[in-house]
Amino acid sequence: MSTAKDVIMARIKSSLADVPDIAMEEDTPIDYTYGEVLPMDDVLGTFEEALIDYKAAVTRVKSADVPKAIAKFLKDKGAKSVVIPVGLEQSWIDGMGKFSVRKDDPQLTNYELNDTDAVVTAARVAIASTGSIVLDHAPDQGRRALTLVPDIHVCVVAADQVVSDVPESVTRLRDSVLAGLPLTFISGGSATSDIELNRVEGVHGPRKLCVVIAE
Amino acid sequence: MDRPGEGLRVALFATCINDVMFPDTCKATVKVLERLGCEVDFPMAQTCCGQMFTNTGYYKEGLATVKTYLEAFEGYDYVVAPSASCVGSVRHQHPMLARWAKDVELEKRAEAIAAKSFDLTEFIVNVLHTTDVGAFFPHKVTYHTTCHSIRVEKVGDAPFQLLAKVKGMTFVPLPNDEFGLNTANECCGFGGTFSLKNPDVSVAMATEKVRNILDTEVEYVVAGDNSCLMNIGGILRRGKAPIKPLHIAELLAQTEEEAK
Amino acid sequence: MSELSAPLDDHTAEIGETIVHLDHKRLTPAPPAGALEDMPVFKVNARRELGNVVMRKNLRFATHTIRQKRYTRIDEVGESRWQQLRTAAEQIKNRVGRHLDTYLEDVEKKFTEKGVTVHWARDAAEANQIIVSLVKAKGVHEVVKIKSMVTQEIDMNEALEAADIAAWETDLAEIIVQLGHDRPSHILVPAIHRNREEVREIFLKEMKLYGKPAPEDLSNDPPALADASRQHLREKFLRAEVGISGGNFIVAETGSLVIVESEGNGRMCLTLPKTLISVVGIEKIVPTFQDLEVFLQLLPRSSTAERMNPYTSLWSGITEGDGPQEMHLVLVDNGRTKVLADPLGREALRCIRCSACLNICPVYERVSGHAYGSVYPGPIGIALTPQLRGIDHPIDKSLPFACSLCFACADACPVKIPLPDIIVAQRHRVAEKKQASKRPHIETTAVAAMNWFWKDAKHWELALKAGSLGGKAMDAIKMRKIGPLPYPMSTWTNARDVPAPPTQSFRDWWRQERGEQ
Repeated sequence: MSTAKDVIMARIKSSLADVPDIAMEEDTPIDYTYGEVLPMDDVLGTFEEALIDYKAAVTRVKSADVPKAIAKFLKDKGAKSVVIPVGLEQSWIDGMGKFSVRKDDPQLTNYELNDTDAVVTAARVAIASTGSIVLDHAPDQGRRALTLVPDIHVCVVAADQVVSDVPESVTRLRDSVLAGLPLTFISGGSATSDIELNRVEGVHGPRKLCVVIAE
Repeated sequence: MDRPGEGLRVALFATCINDVMFPDTCKATVKVLERLGCEVDFPMAQTCCGQMFTNTGYYKEGLATVKTYLEAFEGYDYVVAPSASCVGSVRHQHPMLARWAKDVELEKRAEAIAAKSFDLTEFIVNVLHTTDVGAFFPHKVTYHTTCHSIRVEKVGDAPFQLLAKVKGMTFVPLPNDEFGLNTANECCGFGGTFSLKNPDVSVAMATEKVRNILDTEVEYVVAGDNSCLMNIGGILRRGKAPIKPLHIAELLAQTEEEAK
Repeated sequence: MSELSAPLDDHTAEIGETIVHLDHKRLTPAPPAGALEDMPVFKVNARRELGNVVMRKNLRFATHTIRQKRYTRIDEVGESRWQQLRTAAEQIKNRVGRHLDTYLEDVEKKFTEKGVTVHWARDAAEANQIIVSLVKAKGVHEVVKIKSMVTQEIDMNEALEAADIAAWETDLAEIIVQLGHDRPSHILVPAIHRNREEVREIFLKEMKLYGKPAPEDLSNDPPALADASRQHLREKFLRAEVGISGGNFIVAETGSLVIVESEGNGRMCLTLPKTLISVVGIEKIVPTFQDLEVFLQLLPRSSTAERMNPYTSLWSGITEGDGPQEMHLVLVDNGRTKVLADPLGREALRCIRCSACLNICPVYERVSGHAYGSVYPGPIGIALTPQLRGIDHPIDKSLPFACSLCFACADACPVKIPLPDIIVAQRHRVAEKKQASKRPHIETTAVAAMNWFWKDAKHWELALKAGSLGGKAMDAIKMRKIGPLPYPMSTWTNARDVPAPPTQSFRDWWRQERGEQ
């Protein structure tokens, strides 16, 4: 008995009888230049503007002031309990101040995460033109549920992680993907346009996204 | 006014609908082309571009008109028609039908003649490189950009360039809608047999188009295709609206001398 | 790879169970009765929908708003860059389509290496059988799912319901549809036909029957409605054992799946449950990870007209300590290999389900997705459905004609699908079928007559003479226009007057003025 795969493969081969038996690069060339940098005067400024457009909270600080900036966001947004990934920069934790901080080790249950107000993470790459942050969920960013279930996400992006546009970001993320890491592109807080095509911030993901740009 | 068409031999493709229903449009086309210096021929062997067949799915019958078209026009340097839709069909569908028939030779011939076939406005602006055809039209008009002119034949702003040079005319663009979208490019709902097969949707589309036209309070609604104008005009007439449909060729043909 | 061709006795048992459960209370809200393909022809549905004033207003508002935003986003990118991206997407997806067998082998190999079990489904029934078996093996009676066109296409929710498993939609628009006992009317915004007041009523009435009730003082403010959905679904997400997703892209090179979404419900479904089943059409492949740079620029701008959608997730099989530890990929054919057989029709398989063609379509805008009798409405729907389902059902035969050939969709499509050409090609299939039929048909008779006139200019002259004669006859009685006519011309003249034909054709005038050449 032939398997479903055999049948589908046979159907495909018969449907593609008109395709010449030559290398696919020759059969269907792609004349496009990958990974191009989008020229822009002010990468960080563009990133910041795009974030504000998504109604995210943004602050630009010196690297040394990151812990203070994190603490200010947590306080402003009313966070009491905070979860942090296992590999978060120790100096940030130390300087964060008086919040109930819990490391995700052992892993919190879904319900515990749901009862946690905020999460603080680093990032892998950020994209100026689209105002996106990309996490590859390395130890300083934590597993995916961490940046999903709590309602407040404070994310620290280093200035040198911000690239011009999507192509550059994809180039930079290649190694993460080859290493088997998952990726999450975050552009503003969770949102929907499902009612009358009106963008409404805040559905299932964190409703408050706070970005610290460390220069 | 200069005569940039001097020395050019142009075949007029009347198109079937204009031949039988709108001869004045064809006469106006001849007049404008001759005024610009072109020598105009009317090959009697022509019939129709066949798009009614092709668009309704009758490829075999459409293919027959591809051959008729070639036989009528192949010897000419330029073919000009007062219809962007029919030229669009010649450009886009004739080669497609030849490909469907797997007739490589016919496809080559169809491609070659497609490259020499033009809508009147496109021919004047892009081939003759002029925009002033010496027209005079002391009326208030608006312009409906037909779908096939803008998205199949891709005449761009050629009609608007020509209208801008018409003396005595007041031009009122079709309005933007409440979302800021330009309504001039929106379909009038004709769509050939679409208007017969889906009359309710077609009329709903036409009614909205007519509402936008009425908003301009003009005397004439002008376009480059009589089929669309027949649809729009049909609704206007039924509603006893005072706005008259007019083909752009007929507008461009009018001169100040004649008006006196 | 695991091949889930269930043994015969197992299948019988399932049928038996289905019968038993027919008498039981349903687990999820019942959708409207009847199969989509059994709906009346398009013209009839369109007339019904045109009469729905609220729907038309909602849809006009939504489609026009999104059109305008889309233009703004494309302007930001710049016309020439946008065209570069469209061409790149066209070429990339053409390469996939023309070498689909090679890519599918790569996909199976890579996904298997990453710990994902790969399944193959020839059709909807087989896909559902696989999915039901997988969920049953987990011993659960509910799943949370991400909005996905392919799961709608195979009617997965009803297959699960029949097997005593509740499939909960989690996308806001999808819950509005599910709780509203309704059908989606748009591929991206399935509740586009509903306004805020209707949504409020549905939430108040239905949420309490299936989980956390909506607050009694729920307002019709969209943020309040979104919050009600957040509250209602949160408990379902937290307890979910099995999640079901579709997939926007399969990356062959790295064995990754990509989900592009807005709300975070997708992230919930593919992160919190222990088991994830991803059901994906075989055409959804992109060759390399780097290719995503093209699609991640085109898709958000073409669909929701955003620079980037709020969340995009990519994962490459199982990640230890993060997310589901059991993963399945169900690769679905269900007619796609048939579409692939036609060199023109196969271009529709490039579709990335952005819905730009729906939003720009003057026909869709007036009749909504409910007129099409297909999960794929609008231009892509009428190009694809007759290819996927065939043209035997009356609705499928009527779909290719639900188009005025205005070509707006061809310009809007981010992957440059020649939609009008494919639609016309489907008309050709219908016309061939009519011509092959023995029954006399008004259309084929008219076409045969016109063909005789147009294939030879001498014949055409006869028609012109008849036209002029008609014109002369009308002129004689001072008739200037043609009013209402009998069917089929009545479809035109019911709303429009037709000018009387002139008394002389252009051809005769030319002959008279210039002589025969």
